[in-house]
Amino acid sequence: MPASLVQNESILAIDVGASATRAVLFDVVEGQYRFVASGQAPSTAEAPFKDIGIGVREAITNLQKVTGAILLGPQDNNLIAPSQPDGSGVDAVVATLSVGPAVKTVVVGLLSDVSLQSARRLAESTYSRIVDTLDLSDHRRPDQQMDSIVRSRPDLVLLAGGTDGGASRSIQKMLEAIGLACYLMPMEKRPMVLYAGNQKLANDVKELLGGHVGKLEITHNVRPSLETEDLDPGRHELALLMMKLRQRQIKGVEELNLWTAGNLLPTAYAQGRIIRFLSRLYESTRGLLCVNVGASATSVAAGFNGELTLGVYPQYGLGENLAGLLQQTDINDIMRWLQLDISQNMVREYLFQKSLYPSSIPATKDEQALSHAIARQALYLAVRAAQKDFPAHARPARTGLMPPLDLLLGGGGVINEETSLGQSLLLLLDAIQPVGIMPILLDQNNLLPLLGVAASRSHYLPVQVIESGAFIGLGTVVSVIASGNYGDQVLRARLAYADGTEARAEVKFGGLEILPLPSGQSARLSLQPLRRADAGLGPGRSGVVPVTGGALGVVIDARGRPLQIPTDPVRRRELMKRWSYAVGG
Amino acid sequence: MLAPVLHILPLATIIRERVLPVSGKVNVHLNQRVNPTDVIAEASFAREHVLLDVARTFGISPVAADKLVRVKEGDRLPQGALVAEGGGLFARSLKAPRAGRVMIVGGGQVLMEVGDTRIELRAGLPGVVTQVLPERGVVIRTAGALIQGVWGNGRIDNGLMVSLLEKPDDVLNANRLDVSLRGSVILGGHVRDLETLKAAAELPVRGLILSSLLSPLIVSAYQMRYPIIVMDGFGAMPMNSAAFKLLTTNNKREVTVNAEHFDRYSGNRPEVIIPLPVSTEPPEPNNFETFAVGQTVRLRRPPSAGMIGTLSNLPAGLSTLPSGLRAPAAEVKLENGEIVLVPLVNMEVVG
Repeated sequence: MPASLVQNESILAIDVGASATRAVLFDVVEGQYRFVASGQAPSTAEAPFKDIGIGVREAITNLQKVTGAILLGPQDNNLIAPSQPDGSGVDAVVATLSVGPAVKTVVVGLLSDVSLQSARRLAESTYSRIVDTLDLSDHRRPDQQMDSIVRSRPDLVLLAGGTDGGASRSIQKMLEAIGLACYLMPMEKRPMVLYAGNQKLANDVKELLGGHVGKLEITHNVRPSLETEDLDPGRHELALLMMKLRQRQIKGVEELNLWTAGNLLPTAYAQGRIIRFLSRLYESTRGLLCVNVGASATSVAAGFNGELTLGVYPQYGLGENLAGLLQQTDINDIMRWLQLDISQNMVREYLFQKSLYPSSIPATKDEQALSHAIARQALYLAVRAAQKDFPAHARPARTGLMPPLDLLLGGGGVINEETSLGQSLLLLLDAIQPVGIMPILLDQNNLLPLLGVAASRSHYLPVQVIESGAFIGLGTVVSVIASGNYGDQVLRARLAYADGTEARAEVKFGGLEILPLPSGQSARLSLQPLRRADAGLGPGRSGVVPVTGGALGVVIDARGRPLQIPTDPVRRRELMKRWSYAVGG
Repeated sequence: MLAPVLHILPLATIIRERVLPVSGKVNVHLNQRVNPTDVIAEASFAREHVLLDVARTFGISPVAADKLVRVKEGDRLPQGALVAEGGGLFARSLKAPRAGRVMIVGGGQVLMEVGDTRIELRAGLPGVVTQVLPERGVVIRTAGALIQGVWGNGRIDNGLMVSLLEKPDDVLNANRLDVSLRGSVILGGHVRDLETLKAAAELPVRGLILSSLLSPLIVSAYQMRYPIIVMDGFGAMPMNSAAFKLLTTNNKREVTVNAEHFDRYSGNRPEVIIPLPVSTEPPEPNNFETFAVGQTVRLRRPPSAGMIGTLSNLPAGLSTLPSGLRAPAAEVKLENGEIVLVPLVNMEVVG
């Protein structure tokens, strides 16, 4: 790309998470945007600080220490923007935000399996917790519905229902219940409302709700017809509404929004935006999957031919919501990921103790093992929840499996804080259990959401930063679907390097094999499945595929899909240790 | 790096806001001295609402229905009171199904609030009212010892504190709770069975101050009608030495046990307040500080969770922890003389 096409703009990107706040500098180097450096500080939305600005400034100060650049005014500690002739300051600021309690949301639709589902999917595209739902099959009286809404004290109401030009009377009745419920709440506690239903009723909605809610926004119908779902405009409007809500709830968000000139987005929305963009850019025929395991939520973004599925799950966040994780999953499902021989109570106590101090980190090996086991289960659940909303053409060949993907991207605190890249890879493989052949990348600096929001300032920035190698390639993974006993041979693999040498592996069921292939190198991988195993080319089908290298090389995962974990704890721990050693210990 | 502060203070000026969950009436005035049991504000609110659809009942238009309504906004109605009445030879009527107040009339409907509930807000601690928040509550100032915990079951009470704690790692059993402790706030240790919580409820006690609680008991602890404060966490954890010393030396004093939930955003956390007489007003505690050598700190996570130590070295940059992670960390000299490396995010300053 000619350098002239790139605006010579330095961009400071800020991410305010539940635990950490990061300041990242992107700048133009030799005509191309590059990730320069990042600075980090603990987030300060919570007491005693109660102002995200403190953490933001500390993160920028740490970035200044790394880069030597002067970004904050020495007198007033305010951001210097635009950049000055002496080289201080930045030209533009963008930001993402995931900090804050889950947004209590009431979801309203007409048909429980049509518009209500669309409204639910819309709610799950941000940091929300659904506290009540209303639809036509709701047998409560209107006053009972009203009282239920008042009691749940929602921050947000998402209203859908009716195809464009379709049903209106039933929606009007629901609007009355919502309007009355909002009227009964104290003025300062009234929820914001997003209407994404029958567009013919937009004026009625304004008339009925306009005066009684915290803020009313009207967006495109999420269900313009029975067969069509259109979540994109609603997702965008919801993202903007979320930021308005956070400005109301958290000190410092308003100032950050001013710094960014409105380029402030929820982190998960920005993550979804970049995944959809990449899915289009690289014309991904199967799909891209990106997961982020954070303190506030675990989010899953999947792009299939430019179509985005975005799921944000605060209930699977690894911070303050951990105390509630056992309401979502059985404790044995966490314990199955443990190499340690510990009691259920120890796991429970870890969950509660960590929820008291969400920003704390594991200081010992045992604590870290527990943290990883919980992260595996949280990610496992989040991916399965998101998978239910994948488009019909991205359904897997067999129930219980993932659809084939072109690329898998992992990020977020716990994945990046792994002490070895092999352990990061193993966590992703265990929790997601991908099928087929795909490269896996690690977003070690959590850049993806920032690239998503920076795209508003420069379309070139995300592509150039990604192509400059900002992510760590873990390697190419071949997942084998097979059935058999542990130790049965299921695949012969041969990796032919560019220099004419080769490496071979006899892969057994239940094993993980690694064929070395350094980053930046390509090779040809011959796969010869046995016992009608499927190594991504179809059951029993052999073939040769080009593969790219990575930190681990080519990883052949023959542990079964779904992953077969022995119920006997001694055998299970032994196997997990073996798998852990296979990826470098 | 900025450091959160856990208050364990023998003497401080304590300022606390006490507010109603809904608007109501404040019963006290500025500079008034209050006792813990004084009702400082009260409110009544409707737990439920009843929507009477006159138009639908009579099968007429909303405009026509509005003309038949015989009540107006603000009317208090007894059960069975006439709400709307139709005309004609066989006139139909619509009556109030429950006693309540008419909130809105219009659109052929009448909305009533029913099931009035009265809330009384008690001062909770002795002190002086320094600010009246109209219709909401007050700000109270007092002086005394302040000991903060990590978990509370959402209740508040006050009473004479009786210590059953001899060592920080004592276990509180049901058989230690006899009738002589009725009406007291019990300073106990670790609780590991439901029988202990039930025995305390049966006495009843006016509060439990615990070092730690077994996690499966959390749900039951929420159901207890007396306040329960956990000072250090879940599992078998001894009480941190700073809280242990301060609480046990104040045995047989009147205390306020405010077991409110730890709200990370507001900063409210469960705490024990021991009002003390003072001749001059002590300083207000700082809510945050910057980590510095010489500070007393409490460690939040294993392997030294709940232990108190002195920050002895604060190296610049990142340190490698036993887990392999690299993070800003400090060396802390524990009370037993051992020096441990602790990530800064895993500790809080005691002060």
